[in-house]
Amino acid sequence: MGQISLDKVTKRFGDVSVIPPLDLRIEEGEFVVFVGPSGCGKSTLLRLIAGLEDVSDGRISIDGKDATGVPPAKRGLAMVFQSYALYPHMTVRKNIAFPLRMAGLSQADQDKKVNAAAAVLNLTNYMDRKPGQLSGGQRQRVAIGRAIVREPAAFLFDEPLSNLDAALRVNMRLEISELHKSLKTTMIYVTHDQVEAMTMADKIVVLNAGNIEQVGSPLELYHAPRNTFVAGFIGSPKMNLITGPEAAKHNATTIGIRPEHLGVSGTEGTWRGTIGVSEHLGSDTFLRVSGTGLGDSMTVRADGEVNLHYGDTVYLTPNMAKLHRFDQQGLRLA
Amino acid sequence: MARAITRNRKTFNTAAAWIMALLLFFPILWTVLTSFKSEPDAVLSPPVWIWFDWTLENYRAVFETSNYFRFFMNSVILSVGSTALGLAVAIPAAWSMAFVPGAKTKDLLMWMLSTKMMPSVAVLVPIYLIFVKLHLLDTRIGLVVVLMLINLPIIVWMLYTYFKEIPGEILEAARMDGATLRSEILFVLLPMAIPGIASTVLLNIILAWNEAFWTITLTTVDAAPLTKFISRFSSPQGLFYAKLSAASTMAIAPILIMGWFSQKQLVRGLTFGAVK
Repeated sequence: MGQISLDKVTKRFGDVSVIPPLDLRIEEGEFVVFVGPSGCGKSTLLRLIAGLEDVSDGRISIDGKDATGVPPAKRGLAMVFQSYALYPHMTVRKNIAFPLRMAGLSQADQDKKVNAAAAVLNLTNYMDRKPGQLSGGQRQRVAIGRAIVREPAAFLFDEPLSNLDAALRVNMRLEISELHKSLKTTMIYVTHDQVEAMTMADKIVVLNAGNIEQVGSPLELYHAPRNTFVAGFIGSPKMNLITGPEAAKHNATTIGIRPEHLGVSGTEGTWRGTIGVSEHLGSDTFLRVSGTGLGDSMTVRADGEVNLHYGDTVYLTPNMAKLHRFDQQGLRLA
Repeated sequence: MARAITRNRKTFNTAAAWIMALLLFFPILWTVLTSFKSEPDAVLSPPVWIWFDWTLENYRAVFETSNYFRFFMNSVILSVGSTALGLAVAIPAAWSMAFVPGAKTKDLLMWMLSTKMMPSVAVLVPIYLIFVKLHLLDTRIGLVVVLMLINLPIIVWMLYTYFKEIPGEILEAARMDGATLRSEILFVLLPMAIPGIASTVLLNIILAWNEAFWTITLTTVDAAPLTKFISRFSSPQGLFYAKLSAASTMAIAPILIMGWFSQKQLVRGLTFGAVK
């Protein structure tokens, strides 16, 4: 259970088209991440699948059955919202039990499932608190608990970690991944954070202005971005994109080289430049090199111990095997 | 220096507030005082303040000549009934306006409010004729409906404002959790809106309790509430001020007491939308 397919799905708000006709197939048990910049339509797409927005055109089917006109309550999906959307007047226990209560389960069955979910999510000690008395991470866990007890065909996550601090975000990321491993239920996860996408996804869907730019595994997207948008969006820090004569040398309109695929030397190399700001992360150092004559400054990922300073002259050498070439339309050249 | 100015201003503000409050309260105070005077004392000029012969004669007279309890019960039924009916209509209306607004929702809200600007007497004849045709004159059910319709714009507006403060995502979560529209409103929206609903209920009970134009014109005996009770004690001849005051005091006392005990909710209700 949990196979979802979108067939020519379109969404318009008035005259504005947010999602042009779009096809997508999500396999059973997959962890799919929708990623893209703000306003790219990823949340709208998730809400269309949830049934919280009506599609303007096209067809959504869940487990082979047409779900296009089915109300959200009847789709058998569960959703975790960015704002948690807990019921503030109910205790944690009642929050988690709410979907079961709506489904008309007996009190004994409700208790059994709620207690099981609470144990999985380490919420047992907080069951009689109201959401207002919980921390952000605990609230998010309650929201996930509320989704788990429904035993849905698929989980939908709408930027669930955006309101958490950085350390907690990393923890919750792992917890959600582990949850997916143990439940083996389809999960659709929306984020603007490509690190979340890369670390959690089986399959990433990169969206831009409502269009799917590329669908693939994290490493496929990393190694073979289909166009310059995906190339620039996936990977951190961003891929260096170079146009002009330097690209023409490689029979391309644009060439791309990731910061980790540039060699840096104080004495010799392909491109000469000057070091601007460097960011020392301990494990790595990110150097901004300008004055190469290649347009914008380039980002280089160097060793954490590198001994280079602001204003130093350096030489950069690209790893030619890792060079990406794009044509005039920004599409990848073989 | 700055402190001194601030203190002076504070004293001035406090004094101004007290004067304002006393001015507003004065008619009520005067009514209560008059109700304890004899009829000749009540019309003395210059008026006597508190050094008169205090008497309960007016209250006895009022009780003897009319059935206070029946009027009181009618007031309770009309105000509570019209508020309950109003809520039943306004909750779904406010829900749709707050959570699924259309292009004309704002206009609709403004139009609803604009009906409150119309003088009641302008629709007296049509409503009176409808009441005659439907045999609703002097019936509680007829008045409950009229009072509900009169206050409906205010109920919808207040609930709309409170519902607006509730994040839509919580209702969407309920929908995802399998709640039907009815359960969504009953188990999620209403419990979260209870403070707002309480102030709406209180304010509307007061408005309906005090409504005099329709309750006086559309009733005679059976459905007559306390407003009618008061009006019966005004007469074109003879002395009636003291008895009228006693009747007024008895009519406003219940609602005044209710208002006193629910001040906190009422203030929130009356300043709705003012403070975000």
